[in-house]
Amino acid sequence: MAAAAYPSRGLVLRNGDDASLSDLPVLKPEDFTAWVLDGRARGGRLAQLFGRRAHDGGVTVYAFVAYDADGVVEVSATHLGAAHGFGRLEYPSISEQWPAAQAFERELAEQYGVTPLGHPWLKPLRYHATDTGAPAPWGPFDANKVIPGDYPFYRVEGDEVHEVAVGPVHAGVIEPGHFRFQCHGEDVLHLEIMLGYQHRGAEKLLVHPNRTRGAIVAETIAGDTSIGHATAYCMALEALAGVAVSARAHAIRGIALELERLANHVGDLGALCNDVAFLPGASYLGRLRGDFLNLTLEICGNRFGRNLVRPGGTAFDISPSLSDTLRKRLEALQPEVLDVLDMMFSQSSVLARFEGTGALSEQQADEIGLVGPAARACGCTRDVRQDFPFGMFQFSHIPVANETTGDVYARAVVRWLEVQRSIEFLLEHMGTKPAGGTFAPMRTFRPNALAIAMCETWRGEAMHVAFTNAAGDLDFVKVKDPSIHNWFGLALAMRGTPISDFPLCNKSFNLSYAGHDL
Amino acid sequence: MLDIIRTRMKQGHRTMAFPDQVPSLPERFRGRPAVDASKCIDGCRACADACPTEAIDVTDNLSLDLGKCVFCTACVEACPEGAIAYTQDYRMAVNTRGQLVLDGPGLELAQRMGDELFRVLGRALRLREVCAGSCNGCDLDTNVLNTVGWDLSRFGIQFVASPRHADGLLVTGPVTKNMEHALMETYAAVPKPKIVIALGACAISGGPYRGSHAVNDGADRLLPIDLYIPGCPPHPLTILDGLLRLVGRIK
Repeated sequence: MAAAAYPSRGLVLRNGDDASLSDLPVLKPEDFTAWVLDGRARGGRLAQLFGRRAHDGGVTVYAFVAYDADGVVEVSATHLGAAHGFGRLEYPSISEQWPAAQAFERELAEQYGVTPLGHPWLKPLRYHATDTGAPAPWGPFDANKVIPGDYPFYRVEGDEVHEVAVGPVHAGVIEPGHFRFQCHGEDVLHLEIMLGYQHRGAEKLLVHPNRTRGAIVAETIAGDTSIGHATAYCMALEALAGVAVSARAHAIRGIALELERLANHVGDLGALCNDVAFLPGASYLGRLRGDFLNLTLEICGNRFGRNLVRPGGTAFDISPSLSDTLRKRLEALQPEVLDVLDMMFSQSSVLARFEGTGALSEQQADEIGLVGPAARACGCTRDVRQDFPFGMFQFSHIPVANETTGDVYARAVVRWLEVQRSIEFLLEHMGTKPAGGTFAPMRTFRPNALAIAMCETWRGEAMHVAFTNAAGDLDFVKVKDPSIHNWFGLALAMRGTPISDFPLCNKSFNLSYAGHDL
Repeated sequence: MLDIIRTRMKQGHRTMAFPDQVPSLPERFRGRPAVDASKCIDGCRACADACPTEAIDVTDNLSLDLGKCVFCTACVEACPEGAIAYTQDYRMAVNTRGQLVLDGPGLELAQRMGDELFRVLGRALRLREVCAGSCNGCDLDTNVLNTVGWDLSRFGIQFVASPRHADGLLVTGPVTKNMEHALMETYAAVPKPKIVIALGACAISGGPYRGSHAVNDGADRLLPIDLYIPGCPPHPLTILDGLLRLVGRIK
């Protein structure tokens, strides 16, 4: 573990580090808020904020401030509850000054009944009762009521102002969510996105006594991010067990992660073509997406990479002959994909609809804590593979893809660049995996510890934080899907944009409902 | 325009010949598991203990519930005698829940919907998909059927936007408590006669989320199911095979 490099009160961790819970600084609630906000002033980014019910009935709140340029995450906690002299579950809100915390603080209020004092608009995030059944800050909760029937949507009133409500069941074969647009004519003044329909209680199952169950649930946090979430989950567990994963397993994980990125980016670029009625692009890219999924199928028997990444390494190896097959198929796919993408990006009809649509500025991206391609499209250079290198990305780098305009065009271009770079990376590394096994048996976990693991999934930064108890059992895993940061970005991108551009904006972000709702 | 024509020429015709020709699946593809109880050692329950979703029962005779199975290989690795093995058979859809419980090598595959239903729905089946808490895997591989490679509409099967235009529902996900109402309202909005298809381990039994306080452990607790398509998620070929069996295009 790195020595504290900051004159602050946080515990300094690198990606994949574990630490004793006793080393974690516990601040007074007001100092905690000040510490987080000071982190922002020092160039930090709020990577995660969550609570956990303590044995004494109080709630411990943990904040993770990431310093991308230094590759470190600083962690601090505060304890709310009687044992520490703070009778009420409340602390000064962070969101009031730093909007990046808004969803995290709503989660905290919903799960444990904690009040972030001064939160601009506290309301349910996933629509479920608190862990003890006690009222949340917005009042008593009736679990029998149907969402979104009982939800305080933001409303705009006036001449020619009207409201459009969509969902939870949408027109396509997609996940459920509810969107409430406040429109003035065609233009969207405000969009509110209400999620929670997909809430499955995933986090509780990640500590299931059957270890395989935990890994399988990690793979299904977001089905299109199976490799990303499984990798983060396994990294956290491996850190707690002190298990060194073989370089070969790291390479296989890295290959699978880039294949996952390729399949999703190619599929989304095709869907973007569909949304602007450029059907050749939509049909060719839709098919090519399947070709990348089929490469993952070759490796582990499942198109989404299920059962490949397991705590301790990978469940499948890539033999030299399989490497050869994969390389040949990639070599054949590369010109095909790039050819179709060149065609797509040279169509003025496509560009005219992409450019200037749903734009976010770099400042907005920083304020709300955007991650992944959506952030990189706004000029932010953050990428976990570069900033917090893990697995094979410690030894081999993929250049970060960047754009500056923050619009649909920029989000599409970032993905186009990432497609090119991921294919190049795969062709370079497919055949050159380090020798050795792919699996190291898991050992017992270090007791009373926490471990953090971050992974740059195709949507952006996923982070898993795992805790053990005094007996060394895994007793809490906190998951962050990049979507929890980015849904707010989609809502913001829609302001002033015609409502007919919503599908296009939505697809350029393509966020996970399941990953958000957990 | 010339770009588009040039690319079109390069792309060529890509729709597969299924069901006349079955595309080849890679060696590691995990299709329907086969169980062989004769290999079991008395009192051994290694496979049942290893199974993360309690799909395996050894109390009387070895059986594996395909509706709970997430195709993870834990049982295969745990069994010292090789009593459970994966086959390459992608065909897995059945009509009743009980048929999913395997206690031998075979599986009774789905039959065409009844005559009365077939007369009304069989020639042009329109489905409304409801994602009720899936991870999105099942939905993605259902969407794939609409790509040029599979071209689902050539079989007269289509996904529609409104339940009012639909002949039935295709449900994915364990049916979260928060989606239960929307699912039931959507079902009510489909005109009679109607069918329901449960797609994937979640929709059949809750899958990896079985037992969670936030879910209903599958759609068949709430709705009458006409077709079960197991998998986590099922391969597009498994889904298409199931749909075509239901409309009598494959027997």
